[in-house]
Order: sequence, then structure tokens, then C-alpha cells
Amino acid sequence: MGRKILLVTTDQQRYDTLGVNGGMIARTPVIDGLASQGLRYERAVPQSVVCMPSRSTILTGQHPSTHGVWMNGVPLPLDAPSVAALLRGSGYRTALIGKAHFEPFLDPFMRFTENSLAATGTAPSGGSHRGFEHLELATHGSAGQLHYARWLRAKHPEAAGWFYPALDGDLEVNAAGGGETGAPQVHVNHVPRDWYHTDWVADRTIAWLDSLQPGDDWFAWMSFPDPHHPWDPPQSEMSRVDWRQVPLPAGYPQDKSEREAILDAKPRHWRMWYDGKLVSNFEAPPKWVPATLTPDQVREVNARNAVECELIDEALGRVMAAISARGWDGDVDVIFTTDHGEFQGDFGLLFKGPYHVESLMRLPLIWRPAPSSRPEPGVVSTPVGLVDLAPTIASIAGIDQPGWMQGSVLSKPGETTRHGVLTEWDSELYGVDVHLRTVSTCEWVCTAYKPGTLYDGSEGELYNLLEDPLQRVNLWDDPARRADRDDLLGLLRDLRPPERKPRLDLEAPV
Amino acid sequence: MRASVRRDVRIERMASQVWELVGDPARIAEWFDGIVSATVEGSRRTVLTGTGISMPETIVTNDSLQRRFQYRIDTPLLREHLSTIDVFDLGDGSSLVSYAADADPAAMALVIAGAAGAALRHLRDILEGGR
Repeated sequence: MGRKILLVTTDQQRYDTLGVNGGMIARTPVIDGLASQGLRYERAVPQSVVCMPSRSTILTGQHPSTHGVWMNGVPLPLDAPSVAALLRGSGYRTALIGKAHFEPFLDPFMRFTENSLAATGTAPSGGSHRGFEHLELATHGSAGQLHYARWLRAKHPEAAGWFYPALDGDLEVNAAGGGETGAPQVHVNHVPRDWYHTDWVADRTIAWLDSLQPGDDWFAWMSFPDPHHPWDPPQSEMSRVDWRQVPLPAGYPQDKSEREAILDAKPRHWRMWYDGKLVSNFEAPPKWVPATLTPDQVREVNARNAVECELIDEALGRVMAAISARGWDGDVDVIFTTDHGEFQGDFGLLFKGPYHVESLMRLPLIWRPAPSSRPEPGVVSTPVGLVDLAPTIASIAGIDQPGWMQGSVLSKPGETTRHGVLTEWDSELYGVDVHLRTVSTCEWVCTAYKPGTLYDGSEGELYNLLEDPLQRVNLWDDPARRADRDDLLGLLRDLRPPERKPRLDLEAPV
Repeated sequence: MRASVRRDVRIERMASQVWELVGDPARIAEWFDGIVSATVEGSRRTVLTGTGISMPETIVTNDSLQRRFQYRIDTPLLREHLSTIDVFDLGDGSSLVSYAADADPAAMALVIAGAAGAALRHLRDILEGGR
């Protein structure tokens, strides 16, 4: 009997939303407790700042250039390698419960298994899908064909219309505002807590665990759709956080002229998006102009985000209790992380896009090794990547790392397994393309811009995290930092992964 | 906002052979994954998608000399739509098939052409597999 593995992911959660990471709004005692028993990573970096490429990296242990999911809407090939398949081949029982998103959601032709599976059950034909023998899928609301949406419409049809429609009538990310401040993607949702997708994901995970035999080895990926927008948690829970009392984040420059000067010092697509003059990607509402964002809207968004984080923490607590009730708690490794971050007011922005700063690239990551392995708790300050999760999961299961995995087992305190972590961005949307390559080190975040619609390939961003933790001063063109820049560009070249060829087609917006 | 999105594939088959399948509007379900069935009456075609949506269409062009097929989807979801399939003879026994979708809202152009890209690869596999 080996170690069992619970991989817990959230969607679009910032590093600073956890109490253990210094967060002051949400209370996260369960996750904080896991961190105190295990390893907490202070510089966990995604390989992409949007869902599909990042989740594909978690599953494959490969960078986006290699697994081929170069932007949202590009489906991960069915023959892509999978750590779940690796474990299943070694006798593990495997499940993915919650948000998958290796395949596009917008699928009127029902071409993708993720969207078609719920009509027939939870067991894919052929015995598994991407290595998972059991899938129960959810996304951010009640629309679509996934298991949660079907369950809600069948069991609680009155609640289906209570959720915020994430997309508008044009199938674009909805800009409609709500709540008390009119912030985009904010909505008062009267759904009872136990009908909400966070609790549903925990309920279904517990049900699957209860179906296993005591001696089974298992790998469960429990994937919460929150705290990704829309910010529409159950209204019954909103009394937890008074948005009027929420402090503005340090990354939000309150003075308009200061805010705009910071944006003007960055490559021009930052300011163009802020002013509503450019839509370069599908992940933010194109009809919303960030320059209209008010301080109170930032407060309300962050309050709702905090409530969603608390519900996740409590849901995880229920799952941990269920694991304990099965007598497994000594043998279970728990990994908690997310796929990418969220601006939440930093630079006067919300959502995400081709913006490689820590708002989107500094992630919460906790690894609580099985207590039976007698782990030494600690904090790791050197950069690691989500690309390291698959090798780590394989290692926990006692499986030699296969050659197709590009990461390393997550480092322990005092270890340095890498000098830099690569993050890639490629997007092409309606005639606008943006391509970024970023290396994150202990001290620097350096982004090189490749040629595209807006840039000729000479542009970039360079931030010194020690001197400028909010990344407000772009040092790319500072002659005094030229040597550092050249060293980082050399490291970036060294990190370049093999590219999948031919490039995969974009098949849907998201 | 409207958008125009195009996908293409090269097929190692004569253009006339490709057109035999692509130019027959009733046979689209044979090569377009996600379209379950198609019925044609004059210039009207109705396709049934994998989600059970019945989509009425108007055939705008079916020109076997140019090897061009165009159709519009007639649904309130789309303020504007025109899809164009062209089969080009490359002169070496192979052909290039392009599928362009123009639509408002823009996302629908990507949804349609995105699915069409996979359909074109399936078309290539069908035709080359039958070599």
C-alpha cells in the first residue's frame, strides 16, 4: 500500500489570499494548518497565466510550448501525457472532481468528452479519460453541460437562474456590474450554500472516496472553480466580510495620475487595455473599461473573493475530516495550489491577460507530505513551477520520473533545483497577437516580448523584486541594469522547452 | 463586434474528389464532427448538432466550377453569418481546402471555424484513408 494523493486546485487565486501567506481578509485555517505541517512555497510560478495551458501543465508536467495548449480554446490532445494515467497504470484509483478545462467549454457541437460525459455518467468510455477513471465536472455557474450544472438544473431548477451569466449574449466575458458597487462580474446570488459548486465539489469528492476500498491507493484531483469570477458566492455568506472595511491592496495606486504613469512606463498594451482601446485576449470583459474601476469596486470584489476563499477552506476541511474518518490521514499527501492569479485591483485592473507580474504569477502552493513520511515542515523561498507538480506526484507514488516530464520534484527548504522558472504567453484573437516569455528568479521578473501586432520584439519588462516588490518600475531600458537583463535573457534562452509542431489549432474562444 | 476566422488543410487528393464530398450539402455529417445529421430542401439545409440544437441554414453558393460552397446560419444567436468553403486544385494531385467563418458576434466565428478546423482534419483523414 502506497501513499494516497489529494491534489487540491482552485482557479485564479492570488498568493496573498491565504492567511498563512499574510492575507488579512479571508480566514483559511485548514490550509494554514496544512502549511504548518508541511512545506509552504513563497515563489510558486505558473507556466501560463490562463486556465487551459496552466491546467495542461499540471497534468502533463510540460510547458505550454511542449504540450501544445498555447492559449485558452486550444484543446489538449487526447494522446498528451498525463500523470493521472501514469498513476493509474501503477494501480492507483484516479478521479478528477470539479473544474477540468483541458478542453474548451464553448462546444455547441459537443465534440469534447468533458462536455459530453455528464449525459452518460461519470465513467468515461474506454475506462478512463486522460487517466481519470472517474470524472464529475463543474465550472463557474449553472450554464452548460457539465455534471454540476445538470445536477443543479435537475435537483434545484429554481436556482439555475440565480447565478451570474459568465458570458453575455455575444458569448463574450460579461461586463455587467452588480452588487452594491456595480463592479463587473459581481452579482448577488441567493443560492443556498450547500447547493453552491464549492460544496458540491467537496461532496462529490467525499462520495468518491467513500466508494473506495480501505487498501486502495488513490489520486484525487479536487478542483474548485472559485475564486475565479464571477464573484457571486452565496449571499447568505456575505456577512463574513464587510466590503466597506476591506483595505485597498498595496498594488492599487489610488491616485489616478500615479496609476496611469505606472501603466505608461510599461509596454503599451497595458495602458491600451486600461483605456478600453485594446482587447487582446478573451479572458476579460471586452465591454468593460478598466479605467472606470473605483476603489469601492476593488473592495467589493476582494470581499467576495475572500468569502469564496473561506468556503473553499471549509470545504477542504470537510474532505480532510472524511479522509480521517477512513483512517487514511497518516498516508495522504495533500498539495494545494491554483492555476494562476488575478489582478484584484493591482495597477487599477481586474481579471487577467498578457501581463506577467506577480498579481498573476505568484501562486499559493502548499505541500503537506503524508505524516507517515515524517516530513520536516518548512518554507521554500526559491522559485518553483506548476510544471513541478507532476514529477512530485509521481515521486510520491514511488514512480520514476518519465522523460516527458520537464519539471523536478518540488524542492525542500535549502534546496535549489532551478535558477529560474519559465512562463509563456501566446494569444491570437481577431487580428491581435501577443507573445511573451518570462523568467522568474529569486530577485527578478524579466519578460521578453516577441514580435506581434503591437511589438517588434525589442520590448520587454524587467522588475527587481527586492527593490520594487509591486513591480512598478520597469528597468528594461535602464542602462545600469543591462548586464542583469542580458544574464536573464540568457537564462530565458536556456529554459526554452521543445516546441510541439505543427502548432495546434485554436478551436474555441475558451 | 464581428470577426472573420479561417482554417485550412492540404489533402493529398484531387480537388474533384474532395469536392464530391464537400460540395454535397447533405453529406456534411460524414466529415464535420459534432453535426449529427443534415437534411436539404432546395436552398435550405437543417443540421442537428451534438447538443441537440437544430440549426436552419440558407445555402448561398454551391458552385462546382469554382468549387465554392457558402451558407448562412439563420438563428437569432447570430446577427450576421457567412461561412465559405473553398477547394483549390494545387496542380500536383493534391488540394487545399479552406473554411472561413464571418460572424457577428465575433465569438461565434471562432466557435464555427474552430470546429471546422477539426472537421477539415477529419475530412483529410477520411479521404486520404480511402486512398
